[in-house]
Amino acid sequence: MTSYQTTNTPADPRHSSRLSLRQRFYVVEVLAGLALTAVHFFGNMWRHTLRVVFRVKSARGAVTIQYPDERRPYSPRLRSLHRLVRREDGSPRCVACMMCETVCPAHCIYIVAAEHPNPEIEKVPQRFDIDLGKCVFCGYCVEACPEDAIRMDTGILEFSAYDRRSMIYTKETLLALEPAGPHGVPTSPVPMPPLRRPS
Amino acid sequence: MSGLALDLLLQAIPVGFVMFVVLNFGGLLTWVERKQSAIMQDRIGANRASISILGLRIRILGLLHPLADALKMLTKEDFTPAHADRLMFKLAPFVSVFFGLAAFASIPFGDTLRIMGREIQLQAVTLNVGILYVLAMISMGIYGLMMAGWASANNYALLGGQRAAALMISAEIAIGASIMGVVMVYGSLNMQDIARGQGQPLLPQYFGAWIPAWGVLTQPLAFVLFLTAGIASTKRIPFDTPEGESEIIGYFVEYSGMKFGMFAMADFLETVVIAGMTTALFLGGWQVPYLQPTGFVFPWGATLDLPHLAVVALQVGAFLTKVAVMIWFLMLIRWTLPRFRYDQAMRLGWLALFPLSVLNILITAVVLLTVGKA
Repeated sequence: MTSYQTTNTPADPRHSSRLSLRQRFYVVEVLAGLALTAVHFFGNMWRHTLRVVFRVKSARGAVTIQYPDERRPYSPRLRSLHRLVRREDGSPRCVACMMCETVCPAHCIYIVAAEHPNPEIEKVPQRFDIDLGKCVFCGYCVEACPEDAIRMDTGILEFSAYDRRSMIYTKETLLALEPAGPHGVPTSPVPMPPLRRPS
Repeated sequence: MSGLALDLLLQAIPVGFVMFVVLNFGGLLTWVERKQSAIMQDRIGANRASISILGLRIRILGLLHPLADALKMLTKEDFTPAHADRLMFKLAPFVSVFFGLAAFASIPFGDTLRIMGREIQLQAVTLNVGILYVLAMISMGIYGLMMAGWASANNYALLGGQRAAALMISAEIAIGASIMGVVMVYGSLNMQDIARGQGQPLLPQYFGAWIPAWGVLTQPLAFVLFLTAGIASTKRIPFDTPEGESEIIGYFVEYSGMKFGMFAMADFLETVVIAGMTTALFLGGWQVPYLQPTGFVFPWGATLDLPHLAVVALQVGAFLTKVAVMIWFLMLIRWTLPRFRYDQAMRLGWLALFPLSVLNILITAVVLLTVGKA
């Protein structure tokens, strides 16, 4: 006898001889189950009616969040798509110190440094690329940054592409992003890579 | 207009009504199934199908999904296996749907309609042996399944067809035996007579005219047995061992496109038929409590006269409401209970439903002899 057949031996608590008479009669248990689902049905119908007919916004007949139309509230600690923080003149706050590139466990950040015209600022990134196909969203880059120049607070989670090259986000794209609003609702449009269609 | 043409035209009213109601109920059931299961499970259910009219996206609670389904089914590849028996393979889904539709013909949905000096029985076919006819049509439906299983040239489909045959036979016998009690109480095989009999008061020497003699009150055991066996004959969960859409390979494994859709449609039509049968035999058919052909006659003495057409409209409305409630209940069962194992379904049919139905006949006979006719 193979093992999967042993569930119906008398030693098994689910064996029919362990069921009480009421359970073996079946009808009572079926009615109890039907009562449970019927209570859910009528309760949800009542809440749907309250919401649709009487405009009670707090009555929700379903737990469904219809995602593209409505988003669930995100925690402010959520690590979403990176952005580069801007100075008042619009240039990146980043000084190309390479701390994030060094700490990144996925090696997904690539920085090329250049001289900044302002002598008080040491350097500026000429290139700042993040390969989101490699990024593991650990947030180490944000913690490592001495200038608070990179943050992961855009609330954007919908970055996808049809090839790997399009997953590389450049300095210009990252600089244009804004922090998320209340409940993590993104305020800037989702950056669409140029190759968003299947080739 | 000659008398014959008028007769034909008037007789077309109930036939057309039955076709319209049954087909529409069957089509709507795909929507009911999605929405009711969703509401029972705290979900929303399919609601994304939409039509754009002048830039307005119209969704109407997902009611467009049956249309989208039909469109999808019609445009899918219609595949026929290489070694299939082509004629049988193509005939099988039509046989299934046909007998599902035909079974409703002798179920009455209203009393006699008097219009233009003629009397029309509000049922598609007036048969003195209406119950036998419905039983025969339900039983014939099994040929569609067996043809599908056999003609597919697929051993899994063949086994699925045989499971379907075994399940249907064990259900049919219980259905037939449990109905016998109803036939004994109302003394007729004509479903219209049975519906009329359920308008009589129950045990007037004790209760006066307060309680109508609905089948569920005169035959409670038969009601439970018939409902269980009826659910089994629709081949839906908890008795879906013949098909088991997602896990077990059933008789329609080789079917695709609209042919597959027709098998699903046949299941829904059978659900409507079982709901209609239950209504006609146990829930008083088209009877409205205290409604007589002249209007309401309440047991406390009050009367409310109604015109003939209003009475008929009330009766038809009551029948449709009862059928809808029964369909709701069948759906509730379908989305609550887990599937019976094959041997459990067989044991239930042969060792529980059938002996209990025979016992019910015995009890009914004894009660009828001692108490007298209801």
